[in-house]
Amino acid sequence: MAKIKYIEFSGKEHVVEVKTGMSVMEGAVKNLIPGIDADCGGACACATCHVYVDKAWLEKLEPMQEMEKTMLDFAEGLESNSRLSCQIKVSDALDGLVVRTPKSQH
Amino acid sequence: MSESVVIVGAGQAAAQTVASLRAEGFAGAITVIGDEPYLPYQRPPLSKAYLAGELALDRLFIKPREFYDDAKCTLILDTTVTRIDRELHRVETHDNRSIAYDALVLATGSRVRHLTTNGEDLPGVRYLRGIADVEAMQSYLKPGVKLVIIGAGYIGLEVAAVAKKRGLTVTVLEMAPRVMARTVSEQLSAFYEAEHRKAGVVIHTGTRVDKIGVVDGTSFVVETSAGRVPADIVIAGVGILPNMELAEAAGLKVANGIVVDEFTRTSDPKIYAVGDCADLPCAHSVTNRARLESVQNAIDQAKHAAAAICGKPKPYTEVPWFWSDQYDLKLQIAGLSGPQDQLVLRGDPAARSFAVFRLRAAAIVAVEAVNAAPEYMMGRRLIAARAKVAPERLADRAVPMKEMGG
Repeated sequence: MAKIKYIEFSGKEHVVEVKTGMSVMEGAVKNLIPGIDADCGGACACATCHVYVDKAWLEKLEPMQEMEKTMLDFAEGLESNSRLSCQIKVSDALDGLVVRTPKSQH
Repeated sequence: MSESVVIVGAGQAAAQTVASLRAEGFAGAITVIGDEPYLPYQRPPLSKAYLAGELALDRLFIKPREFYDDAKCTLILDTTVTRIDRELHRVETHDNRSIAYDALVLATGSRVRHLTTNGEDLPGVRYLRGIADVEAMQSYLKPGVKLVIIGAGYIGLEVAAVAKKRGLTVTVLEMAPRVMARTVSEQLSAFYEAEHRKAGVVIHTGTRVDKIGVVDGTSFVVETSAGRVPADIVIAGVGILPNMELAEAAGLKVANGIVVDEFTRTSDPKIYAVGDCADLPCAHSVTNRARLESVQNAIDQAKHAAAAICGKPKPYTEVPWFWSDQYDLKLQIAGLSGPQDQLVLRGDPAARSFAVFRLRAAAIVAVEAVNAAPEYMMGRRLIAARAKVAPERLADRAVPMKEMGG
């Protein structure tokens, strides 16, 4: 279980608890947080769950697989802290994680 | 503006219609009527992670129940709509309820095509379409079980990949001369066939199933033009059919699905159709019409229906896209194939990362990408732009996909 803070493009914050094993994307969908569409349901096929990870947390995440890296490369508004939230698995170690959703997904 | 929207069907398109209606500012009543007992759920994982037992049931649901509560959407599940009364603008259910609509969205989806001989269903054949189908199969997913799959489309091959990983003996029977013949190029068919064989799957293409004999009530012998194959379980994936009977009985225009215009409107201005059940105008198709069996189409058509209901119609022109997961291979397809397409291979199949582009009148119209996200993602943009790229340049992996825009 981890408390995750999702910050919408508008600045509105949502802090929710997400179960271990779920993805950061699922945590958003299950808690009705806008800005993460996840059209493909987490198959790394659509790049509609793009988030910006708080820089303090970047290092603590599992490194990106090639597929995520290349999908992101073509996502709108790519930044150095961009990730696909469907590929970030939640664990206790991510308690306190902060992610922001990009403008293009609102 | 409509006061009351009724959505028939409770799948991906229905869930998206609810979300998009509220996002568009629709303030009236929304009712979703579905014939399964579940909240709207994702079907793609059924033949992948859910079948493999890697995904709990609640992770299939597209949105949690609170979403529908918050959206003030009435969910009527486990209920079949039996009739549309277009004069009184009401739908009737199997349990004699009658629900009024100002706008009706048909998101009735599709059902599996059954294998028959002399008009009778072949005995012992299972199909994979819903949660219940998968749950009934799971006890067979153990080492040594003999599985025969009829049909080498996405469903058949995804099930084969999951079953092989779980140690089953897997035989795939396909009538066409190659796997996934309906949707991908020969190059991809050959690649996937080789991958499945390497994993230990036996594949017979160009093979007809004649009969299925029931041995002792629990095991089967599948008699084919290539010989007899014993089976503990037989699963067929031979295509799906649009659920359009309700529309047809109501006198709506149907063809290869419920006929809609580019705003998802049927021949009745109060009725829309979205998702697998719709026969839509599609500039990406060589026939200019299509019926698209995909999550993308369910989502995008739903968005268009919601916009149209809210008085903001915009034409549907989205590039179709699909995906399939088999073993560690991610197949991503954008655009639709045509019989005369020029094919351009980029990358090396032996390296297990490559793409086949399809060109029509020199413009890129489709891409089939295997473990090749740049080709797929950039391909989507190029297809949308009807971009023309010289085949030699497209084939040259030394030129990054990002530079293909011209």
